[in-house]
Amino acid sequence: MKHPKEEELIAYHDGEPAGREAIATHLADCPECQDELARIDAVLAALNTIPVPEPAADYGQRIWQQISPRLPQRRGHWWDFLFREPNAVQWFAPGRLAAAGAIVALVLIAFVVGRFTGPRVVTPLVATDAAKVRERILVMAVGEHLGRSEMVLMELANSGPQNPPQKQVNISSEQRRAEDLLEENRLYRETALEQGDTALAGLLDELERILLDVANSPQQITPAQLQNIRQRIDSRGILFKVRVVGKELQQRGEMGTAPAQPSGSGKTERNKA
Amino acid sequence: MNRMRPSVETTTLETDALAVERTLAGDREAFRILVERHSRNVYRLAYRMTGNQHDADEVVQEAFLRAYQKLSQFAARANFGTWVYRIAANYAIDRLRQRKSEDANRALPARETEDGAEMDLMSSVPDAAPSPERLAQSGQLAAKMRLALRELTPAERTAFVMRHWGGSGIEEIAAALNSSASAAKNTVFRSVQKLRKSLEPFVEQRSRAKVMGTEL
Repeated sequence: MKHPKEEELIAYHDGEPAGREAIATHLADCPECQDELARIDAVLAALNTIPVPEPAADYGQRIWQQISPRLPQRRGHWWDFLFREPNAVQWFAPGRLAAAGAIVALVLIAFVVGRFTGPRVVTPLVATDAAKVRERILVMAVGEHLGRSEMVLMELANSGPQNPPQKQVNISSEQRRAEDLLEENRLYRETALEQGDTALAGLLDELERILLDVANSPQQITPAQLQNIRQRIDSRGILFKVRVVGKELQQRGEMGTAPAQPSGSGKTERNKA
Repeated sequence: MNRMRPSVETTTLETDALAVERTLAGDREAFRILVERHSRNVYRLAYRMTGNQHDADEVVQEAFLRAYQKLSQFAARANFGTWVYRIAANYAIDRLRQRKSEDANRALPARETEDGAEMDLMSSVPDAAPSPERLAQSGQLAAKMRLALRELTPAERTAFVMRHWGGSGIEEIAAALNSSASAAKNTVFRSVQKLRKSLEPFVEQRSRAKVMGTEL
């Protein structure tokens, strides 16, 4: 290979992946290009010694104080009071979260009741942008939770003893993940129960039992014990329910706040669930 | 209260997007989250580009003001931090061009008098054992570097700062420069080439001194 151009060596120094391997090979055997690269590096290293004063911890607050009087007020809506807070940094303060959680749970209940019991109950709040934003918080959280749970259940349901029956099966990975999911699951179930959302609470209750079983099992279980867990997963169609509800919640979250358009197959799946 | 923590953690990654949505819905305070979260990073870029704190502060403020005004154009799925960083780079280019033009009109040889702070900052290269000779030589190097950076065009300086100090990709630089990716790549190359031309003799001299046991 002929000597790389200066431009190529600079790009190589920057970590440019294109042609990297060829240049590295050439450099290994070319002292001339090694020197050239060292000279590039020396200049850039010298420039790195120019100090940049680290902004103070309250720099962002100071900038906010300076620009906030200059920000034009956007036209708000009547529901803005739901968001308003003297200090926006405290959005996620526990008290605020409880209130937000209650609001979101209400929205979610409407969503889930419609899914499980037939005609959808839609509160006027669902139609507002602000409600969609809040809804997205819980919709995404529960959707992701169910998605992660589905993965664990899938792995358990599909993991058969690959070795002869007397060998034990290691489920330590699924176990750790089930433990992590348990706490979240309890919170969502309790919230659903408090709000009287028995359908979602029932689903989360079933899921919690399975997760508990997995979490409390030994790391190495016998094929018979694994079969037991798999039967529990299969018997109530829990995996299917988790998949359908979780998928739709995730889709809603990804789509922003727009409710999923019910397709023929989607309806069928929901009814099955 | 604690029961909701997991959901908050789950949604932390989404808070930028939520803050944008809330700002757009009329909640001006929501924008505060974005300012407090991203201003320090924007400041580092601005300081590298302008070379002094006063101008850097102005770039940061203007970047967030412009971001607020253009927020409706911000694609919800984009990264707000990257977006405001680009706005800052764009504004800093305009500002550098304006400064160059002002300096040219006033026929000022340099901005040392007005930017005394800049000289001090640029001169304070880290120095483990600052003998008078070392101070003098590191001061020379700092002055050389300051001059070399100032001699870059605003676009070259932006490209260099974003690439080498900001870790930006070519596409991102191209967006800030309003140019094609290949043009941005060329601008990065030209900036390094110019800096090499200006600084290499001095840097090499340092290397020779180091070999001779008289490291600067």
